[in-house]
Amino acid sequence: MKRWQRKDLLGIQELSVAEINFLLNSAQAFKQVGKRSVKKVPSLRGKTVVNLFIEPSTRTRTSFELAATRLSADVINITANASSLVKGETLKDTALNLQALHADVIIIRHSAAGAPHFLAPLLKASVINAGDGAHEHPTQALLDAFTILEKKGKIAGLNITILGDILFSRVARSNIWLLTKLGANVTLAGPSTLVPRVFEQFGCRVTHNIDDALRDADVVNLLRIQHERQRQTLFPSIGEYTTMFGLNKERFARLKPDAMIMHPGPINRGVEIDSEVADCERSVILEQVTNGLAVRMAVLFLCSGGQAVES
Amino acid sequence: MNSLIIKHGRVIDPANRVDEVRDLFITGGKIAGAASSKADVIDATGKIITPGLIDIHVHLREPGRSDKESIETGTRCAARGGFTSIVAMPNTTPAADNTGTIAFIKQRAAEVACVNVFPAGAITKELKGEELAPIGSLKRAGVVAITDDGRCVQNNELMRRAVEYAKMFDLPVMDHCQDYNVAADGVMHEGYWSAALGLRGWPAVAEEIIVARNILLAEITDWHIHCQHLSSARSVELVRAAKKRGVKISAEACPHHFTLTDESVKEYDTNLKMNPPLRTEADRQALLAGLADGTIDIIASDHAPHCTYEKQVEFDVAPFGIIGLETELALSLALVHQKVLTLPQLIEKFTINPAKLLRLSKGTLSTGADADVTVIDPVAEWTYDVEQSASKARNSPFHNWNLKGRAMITIVGGKIAWQLE
Repeated sequence: MKRWQRKDLLGIQELSVAEINFLLNSAQAFKQVGKRSVKKVPSLRGKTVVNLFIEPSTRTRTSFELAATRLSADVINITANASSLVKGETLKDTALNLQALHADVIIIRHSAAGAPHFLAPLLKASVINAGDGAHEHPTQALLDAFTILEKKGKIAGLNITILGDILFSRVARSNIWLLTKLGANVTLAGPSTLVPRVFEQFGCRVTHNIDDALRDADVVNLLRIQHERQRQTLFPSIGEYTTMFGLNKERFARLKPDAMIMHPGPINRGVEIDSEVADCERSVILEQVTNGLAVRMAVLFLCSGGQAVES
Repeated sequence: MNSLIIKHGRVIDPANRVDEVRDLFITGGKIAGAASSKADVIDATGKIITPGLIDIHVHLREPGRSDKESIETGTRCAARGGFTSIVAMPNTTPAADNTGTIAFIKQRAAEVACVNVFPAGAITKELKGEELAPIGSLKRAGVVAITDDGRCVQNNELMRRAVEYAKMFDLPVMDHCQDYNVAADGVMHEGYWSAALGLRGWPAVAEEIIVARNILLAEITDWHIHCQHLSSARSVELVRAAKKRGVKISAEACPHHFTLTDESVKEYDTNLKMNPPLRTEADRQALLAGLADGTIDIIASDHAPHCTYEKQVEFDVAPFGIIGLETELALSLALVHQKVLTLPQLIEKFTINPAKLLRLSKGTLSTGADADVTVIDPVAEWTYDVEQSASKARNSPFHNWNLKGRAMITIVGGKIAWQLE
C-alpha cells in the first residue's frame, strides 16, 4: 500500500491488514517526533480539528488534543455539557454547524454505537472515531498493537488474553478485529454474562476460567469494569469480580515469565488489577499512553490527506 | 349509485373457496349476482381479483402526531397498497383508551379516509399497563379489538383479567409480545450482529416469554389472544403447538420480518430499527414455515410512520418502526413467487383470516357483501420510490427496491378509492 485512501477512521473492522500496517508504520515516524526537543511539526497548520466529546473522557480527549496541537492544527474542544446538545439540537445539526465553521477534522466520542458512521457520510470533514458506545475505539486498538509490536516484535502467533467486560467494551471489539487480522490467538475471559459465547464467532477463544485464560498468555489486556454501561443483573458485585477475575499477585505469579500486562485505562486499582501488578516492570500501561499520542498524530495526519511523514 | 363490471380477471375468494376466471359485478356498493345495465366496465385480463385487503396493524398517528401521519394520508397509503380496511392502533395522543378518542377517529375517518378505518381500543388506561381501560364502553364506541400495541401489559394478573373481561364483549385481545425486563433497553436482535455492532440486544426470548404467557392465558380463559408481529422461531413453534391443542391463539407476521434479517442493521440505518427487531435467517425461515402451514394466520404491516428528522439520529435514540402499507403486498407476493405460499393461501391471510379474527363483515366476495375489492397484477415489476409515497413519512428500508406484483385498483364500497395511473 502506497497511499492512505480514507477520509474517515470509523473502526478497525473495515480496515485491511495493509491499512493497519500503514497506520502503524506512520505512527512509528511520529513517535520519533515526540522524542525531539521541539515536538511540533507543521503538517496540519491552518487546519481546524474539533474534539466533539458527547461522552466524558479525559485521557483520549487530551491525547487527541495534544496530537493535533503537535501537528500545528487549531483545536477546539466541545464536551456534552458545554455543547448545545443538551438544548435538544440533534447530533447531525451540531456536526453541520461545525462544518459550517470549516472544521477539517471532527473527532467524535459518543455513547451511541454507530454515531461516527452516521455522521461520516453527511460531512465533508474527516470523522475520527474516538469511541462509539460499545462498538469500536480504533485508535486504542492501534496503540495497543503498536505497543505489542514494540515490546514483542510481532503480533502473529502471540497468545493474547483480553480479560474483563467484553460485552460492553469497544476497546475489546477493536482489539479483537485488529489482533485476529494480524494473526494473534485471542482469548476472551471474564464472567459468562459479560463474555458471551457469541464472541467465538469473531474467531476468538472464550473461557470463563481465569487460570485457563492466563496460563499461556504472552499478553494480558485488562479491561475496566464499565459501571456506567451495565445493568445490575450482570454480576453480583465488584468484590466478587475481583475475587473471581481480578489479576492479583497469585495469578500474576503463575503467568509466563515474559507475559506483558496492558490496560487501556483508567485503571481501578484493587479491582481488576492489583496495585503492585499495575506498577510492575512488566506493565506497559503508561507506555500505551505515550504511544497513543504517536498513533493519533498518524491518524489525524493521514485522514487529513497527508501521505509521507515530514522529517 | 354507479355499477361496475370487472371482466376476465382471476377471482380468488378464499372465504368461498373460489379461484376461477370470471366476471365480478358491483351494484349499489355491494357485490351483485348479475350485471347491472349501466355498469362501467373494467378489463382485468391477466389480473387477480380479491376481496379488499385488510391490514390489522396500522399506526395512523392521529390524533396527536399528525406531523408523522394522518388519517387522510395513512388511508391514502393503504389504498395505494391495495388495502380497503385497516385497523388503527390505539397508541395515539391521547391514547384510544376512551370513547371520545374513538369517536374522534371514526368522525375523522368518515370525513377524510379513503378506506375503511376500524379503531382498536387500549387494554389499559394510557397504555400504562396499570388499570383496565373502559373496555365495554370502547366496544360500544366501535372498537374491533383491544391492544396496548407499542406497549405490552407486563402484569400477568391484569392481562388475565383483561382477557376474561374482553371475552364478555366478544372482543379479541391483541398483544405486542415483549417482556420489558428481558428486552431491557435493547435496540436490535441479540446475536452476532448486536455483538459486532456494539448495540444492545433485544433477545428473542423476551418475545417468547410473553407468547408463552399469552398461550397459557388464552387457554385458562378460553378466549382469543392474537400475538402481533411475531419475529422469532420459538414464538412460531409455541403458537403451532398451542393451536394443535385447540387454544384460541393466533398470530401475525410483518413483511419486514420475513424479508430482512439483523445483518441488514450493519450500516446503522435507522430505517432498519423496529420493534420487535429483525432477527436471524433461521427466524426468518421459521416465519416462512409458519406462514406456509397456517400457524401464522395473518400478514400485517405495522405501518409506523416517523418524521425524517426523528430517524436521522444515532441508532440508539431513533424511534422504532417503518412504514409498510405500500410495499406490503409486493413483499408478500414474493412468497408466492418463491413458492412458499399459493396465491389463495396468501390472499386468505389478507382477507378472510383477519376478518374472522375481528368479526368484520369483510374479506369475502359473497353476493351482497360490501363491494371492497382489490385488483392485483401479481407480476408487474416496479421500483418503490419512497419520495412518491402517499405517507407523510419516508421511513422505509425498501426505498429503491425492485418489486414484483402490486395493486392496480382499490375499490371501497363499490367506489374506486385508488388506481394506478
